[in-house]
Amino acid sequence: MVLLFGLLFVPPEVAGLDLIGLDGGVAFAAEDAATEAAAQADVASPYQPAPQLTEKDYPTFLGFNGRIFVWIAAQLHLWFAAFVLAVPIFVFIIEAIGMKTRDKRYDDMAYEFIKVSLTAYSLTAIVGGLTLLGLLVFYPHVMTYMTSIFKESMIFYALIFFAESACLYVYYYGWHWLQGPFKKWVHLTIGLLLNAVGTLLMLLANSWLTFMMSPAGVDAGGVFNGEIWDAMHNFLWNPINLHRFVANIAYGGSIIGAYAAYKFLSARTPQEKAHYDWMGYNANFVAIAGLLPLPFAGYYLVAEIYAYSQQMGITLMGGIFAWLFIIQAVLIGTLFLSANYYLWCGLGRSEGGVRYYKYMKYLAVVIVAAFLVWFTPHTLVLSNEELKALGGPYHKYLGPLGIMPAKNTAVNIMILMTYLSFLYYRRANKIAVVTWVKAGNAAQIALFVMACANIFFLGIYHGYFTNTVYKVAASIPQVLTTLLVIVIATVIDSMIYKNAKEVAPQRWGRVPPRSQYALFLLAVSFTWLMGLMGYIRSGIRQHWHVVDVFRDNSPDAFTPSLGYATNVISVATILFMAMVIFVFWLAQISGQKSETPGFWKEPGQ
Amino acid sequence: MKQFLAVIGFSLLTIAAFTGYSNFGIPRIEPAPPPKQEKIDLGSMTMDQFIALGDRVLNGKGTCKLCHNDLGRAPMIKQIVPNAEKHLTDSRYKGEAKDLAEYLMESMVNPSAFVVAGFGKAGSNDTVSPMPDVSGGSIGLSEPELLAIIAYLQDSAGADVTVEIPTDAGDVAEEEEAEEREPLEDPLEIAAEFGCGTCHKIGEEEGDLAPDLRTIGATRDREFLRRSILYPNAEITEGFEEGMMPDDLGDQMFAVEVERMTDYLAGLK
Repeated sequence: MVLLFGLLFVPPEVAGLDLIGLDGGVAFAAEDAATEAAAQADVASPYQPAPQLTEKDYPTFLGFNGRIFVWIAAQLHLWFAAFVLAVPIFVFIIEAIGMKTRDKRYDDMAYEFIKVSLTAYSLTAIVGGLTLLGLLVFYPHVMTYMTSIFKESMIFYALIFFAESACLYVYYYGWHWLQGPFKKWVHLTIGLLLNAVGTLLMLLANSWLTFMMSPAGVDAGGVFNGEIWDAMHNFLWNPINLHRFVANIAYGGSIIGAYAAYKFLSARTPQEKAHYDWMGYNANFVAIAGLLPLPFAGYYLVAEIYAYSQQMGITLMGGIFAWLFIIQAVLIGTLFLSANYYLWCGLGRSEGGVRYYKYMKYLAVVIVAAFLVWFTPHTLVLSNEELKALGGPYHKYLGPLGIMPAKNTAVNIMILMTYLSFLYYRRANKIAVVTWVKAGNAAQIALFVMACANIFFLGIYHGYFTNTVYKVAASIPQVLTTLLVIVIATVIDSMIYKNAKEVAPQRWGRVPPRSQYALFLLAVSFTWLMGLMGYIRSGIRQHWHVVDVFRDNSPDAFTPSLGYATNVISVATILFMAMVIFVFWLAQISGQKSETPGFWKEPGQ
Repeated sequence: MKQFLAVIGFSLLTIAAFTGYSNFGIPRIEPAPPPKQEKIDLGSMTMDQFIALGDRVLNGKGTCKLCHNDLGRAPMIKQIVPNAEKHLTDSRYKGEAKDLAEYLMESMVNPSAFVVAGFGKAGSNDTVSPMPDVSGGSIGLSEPELLAIIAYLQDSAGADVTVEIPTDAGDVAEEEEAEEREPLEDPLEIAAEFGCGTCHKIGEEEGDLAPDLRTIGATRDREFLRRSILYPNAEITEGFEEGMMPDDLGDQMFAVEVERMTDYLAGLK
């Protein structure tokens, strides 16, 4: 969060930074080797070309590996930032629901969410500072180059950070003060402002990293043409913005879900259990709401990467990184299975939900089957013996399931089945009273059947009966089919169950403890998955700080292997989880009071 | 406290499971290191070596085969030279090339000068090529490398090689692997290095997934054998499957190894 905050206070000469003058004479030892073309461009532009560094231009410090230090610090910063940016979004929505329905439970829950994120906010700033420190120490020339282009937006970022802090503190500390008809509106407005500045921060930071992936506003030598908007509004900016925005919401929901699960498991009274069960359910709902559109945002991002650079797209989806997507499939399958399992366990909260138990096993079978298709690799890297035994690099029957259309089909079916789980859960304690209930149900069944048929048809036709270049053409109509079903089925269901009768009350707190572990699994898997995707997003730059214009010549310019990368991600995840537990603990003790009779002097003594 | 420890244990087990799967559940692949710029003494190169260099650059650093393959992303490389004359006279041609060598150079550094129908950027009506200028950016081929590719393309298409080997030594990238090991002399060592015996019968190896090579020289000539090493899917022997043999051996092997292997196989009668 304060990644660039420190820049304002770092004397330019300390880190080779020149924040004020454009031609301040930043001297790179390696610049002597700048190309003639870049030097000619330099005559016309006050900006420096991208330096051509050597290994000696990357400082070392006490034997630390600079890349791993920056990698872990930046990843921790990203996790916390994602969390503290997402929580105010759904806190705002929950508070607004509470205001609209005048149900104080929503207001209390929203307050508890924001309380958790407040401590995380400080940790976000701390790890952001560590990231900045790492970049200045280990990559001073990279920082100098980036700062020379983005200095205005970096200063603006620091100012926006102040604004976000102010909004957050007023929003949190003013929560109980700003209650009542008019004051609640004021409070909500502050919440809206908090979200606006938070999103702006994310957009600014995204512009820096996407510039490194798809540079714009610079020539082939890296000389900046002076238009900051061109550099910010680079090719991959909006795809990353969208993907991160959606992912942050899902991630924030999963972390809050883990908090609620922990509180549920350690609750001592039925009331406490009921409260945290309800909180966990809502957090899981938020996580699923973010999770469902996430694959689509991912498709959009990858399609744009291909559109920007076919070479980068092939690096992303082929070669070593192709296996990363198999790991990703395992993780996303875990996310879907744990989210669904939690919903199925939740059917037991109401007697009315028992009637739907019998359908769950079928949903489980379909979701697991879809997961296995997604998980199936296309080309296998095999030992000689395995190759002989298999008779070739492709499995005779499973090989065809490894191609993208099969995986697209699988993920769409998985999403539809998850949505179906949610529909069953939604109906658990209700009986419809409208006269056209049978027709409505029939329409919904027809909708699902037609959607599945269409998804299968598109996947099979494009996957096995068209030229290779058209194989991915199925993905967009498949996605639209899924989204359409979700929207239409939700509308029909809302109408069917309008003014519905309650079969039995929802007994919050009546869920087995194992259901709470599904929420932990969701949070841990999500965290690890984000780390993995951070590795590939950065990894597809390969040996470039800024793709095609600023080469990475450090000793760590190589792309780490998947095993190496996942070890780093696991260490970072453990560190993050330890810090999150600290945050949970702080939230817990902040509400506790110790009675200390005789410790303090009584008045008058 | 018990709950706390249970949650910690569960989280650590989950992380350990993901880590274990990533380390042991999928193949361990070490990504290729970044290409290094090496000075090559072009002055002492023969034209055959220069052509072989073009082959290596095309299959390696140039990353041409990422798109110019049978997946249909870009025109097949073997069709480029035969179609060049037709393209030069096409009304859509916007370039300035006057002969084959200039056309090939232009198609690498200014690919939008002519875009083969159906291969343009989406929405550009085949006026803009998705191919980057390979002399810049992450590919960054030097002039000698570009000329070597032209020489290779001309040679492999049966045309006269019209480019000359530059007299000044240029920066030419060699793959890291090529720097780390020396070319092997013994053909059977080469076969062992690249795992030929897994599928083929060769030397004492008894693979049965691909043609028997023990008497291959009796039925196939040098050209066929060389092409089969470099482009294994160009012609598939009846009874065997396409796609079985790696098609990047030209990238992995030294040119001299390809030649030694070709000689060896041609002599197996």
